[in-house]
Amino acid sequence: MIRVEKLVKRFGDVTAVDNISFEVPRGEIFAFLGPNGAGKTTTIKMLTTLLQPTSGSLELDGLDPTVNRDEVRKRFGVVFQDPSLDQDLTAWENMEIHGVLYGVPRKERRERATSLLQLFELWERRDALVKTFSGGMRRRLEIARGLLHTPKVLFLDEPTLGLDPQSRNQMWTHVKSLNETDQVTVFLTTHYMDEADRVAQRIAVIDHGRIVAIGSSAELKAQTNTDSLEGAFLALTGTSIRDESANSADSMRQIARMWRK
Amino acid sequence: MTVIYILWLREVKKYLRSRTQIIASLGSPIMYLGILGFGLGPIFQKAGEGSYLQFMAPGVIGMTILFTSMFSGIALLWDRQFGFLKETLVAPVPRLWIMIGRTLGGATVAILQGSLIFVACFVAGFRPVSVTVIPFAFLFMALIAVVFAALGTVIGSSLKDMQGFQLVMNFLVMPIFFLSGALYPLTNLPKVLALLTRIDPLTYGVDGMRTVLTGVTHFGAGVDAIVLACVAITLLMAGAWRFSKIEI
Repeated sequence: MIRVEKLVKRFGDVTAVDNISFEVPRGEIFAFLGPNGAGKTTTIKMLTTLLQPTSGSLELDGLDPTVNRDEVRKRFGVVFQDPSLDQDLTAWENMEIHGVLYGVPRKERRERATSLLQLFELWERRDALVKTFSGGMRRRLEIARGLLHTPKVLFLDEPTLGLDPQSRNQMWTHVKSLNETDQVTVFLTTHYMDEADRVAQRIAVIDHGRIVAIGSSAELKAQTNTDSLEGAFLALTGTSIRDESANSADSMRQIARMWRK
Repeated sequence: MTVIYILWLREVKKYLRSRTQIIASLGSPIMYLGILGFGLGPIFQKAGEGSYLQFMAPGVIGMTILFTSMFSGIALLWDRQFGFLKETLVAPVPRLWIMIGRTLGGATVAILQGSLIFVACFVAGFRPVSVTVIPFAFLFMALIAVVFAALGTVIGSSLKDMQGFQLVMNFLVMPIFFLSGALYPLTNLPKVLALLTRIDPLTYGVDGMRTVLTGVTHFGAGVDAIVLACVAITLLMAGAWRFSKIEI
């Protein structure tokens, strides 16, 4: 369903994604694990047509996201790592816009929006502006919205960040059932090892833009001689903390980039 | 079509919800109208040019539309900052539709805001030559709104963050306003100024409105309309092109 070959993405002299290759078959739940700044989000952005790769090839359902953009966009749904709601609109309006953008017929759109808002316990607040929502509620709305249309591939970029255990449980149950009943391929990233362990059939560990290991949770544990996924992860990526924050040179570059050529 | 409609609706809804913003943005045009209009009125009259209020009202309406539509185009930056832009960019619809929906929404908001100032001008004593010319005035208002909403989109898609916004306001929007002949007649200007006013699209918008509303003209309404339509089409194409190139 997803095929990535020798993918490279450079921003100036920083290589965010460094020659990675992997494949995700139809109907699989595939997890991408890695420390901050490892290149997970950049990979997702390239697969979801938001960024152009520097080199390498991509394929989603047999189509190239850099060429057949609109066709590819019809096939996936995505929940981004950072917020992408319109805060000046209500929860319901955010759902409506999403449904229209994805061409979900009106009747189905309303039914699904209703049941998803109920599932994520936002139904009572459907007519409140999103800016009045708490962080957790926004996150839930974001997920509900991502599930409004039925995509072939669902990208979840750290979807459970800042969610309470109840909502996390709710969400993964729903995602798993989508995966089982509709054969939706799921591509997820997370920092919670237990989640990856529980839902993902295969896991790729990425660090400094390279894939350092790929396989099932059991395989990763066996490969590193550890008894938990967390242990395997630390064995593979080391224990030093990654610095993702911008230094002064980066912010200078940012200003220079303000007016793109 | 529904995509364009829903994105248009989004802009209009957000506008109608922000009461404080509506009132705040009425402040500066009313100040121009009240203070400059009445303050410079006597001198204008002495120079034999007639009523200054009558002269500048179309300019102030034009200014309101300029500010509102530019602002709504540049609001793309907010969408980028708050993330909503991503939601529209991964949607399986041509980016051209997204850009058109946004731009028409922004233009509609600007026309609404311009209409409010129109009413304010009327209250202050501005009188169009007849009621029948008002639809033509709205045609020019719409042209101005589309031109600058599209220009705003071009800029909004090119800027990466909010820091550039002030730059655009000071070095683009204000000159466009001051060079448009909104506040002074275009006759007998120094050469450089005359040239600059002629490359400012708002000049033609203000002149067009002034022509239909008061009967005083510089280029003639036909020329004004053609120039504005050409600029609008060019900027819409530029906007669509810039918008299609956005990467996040």
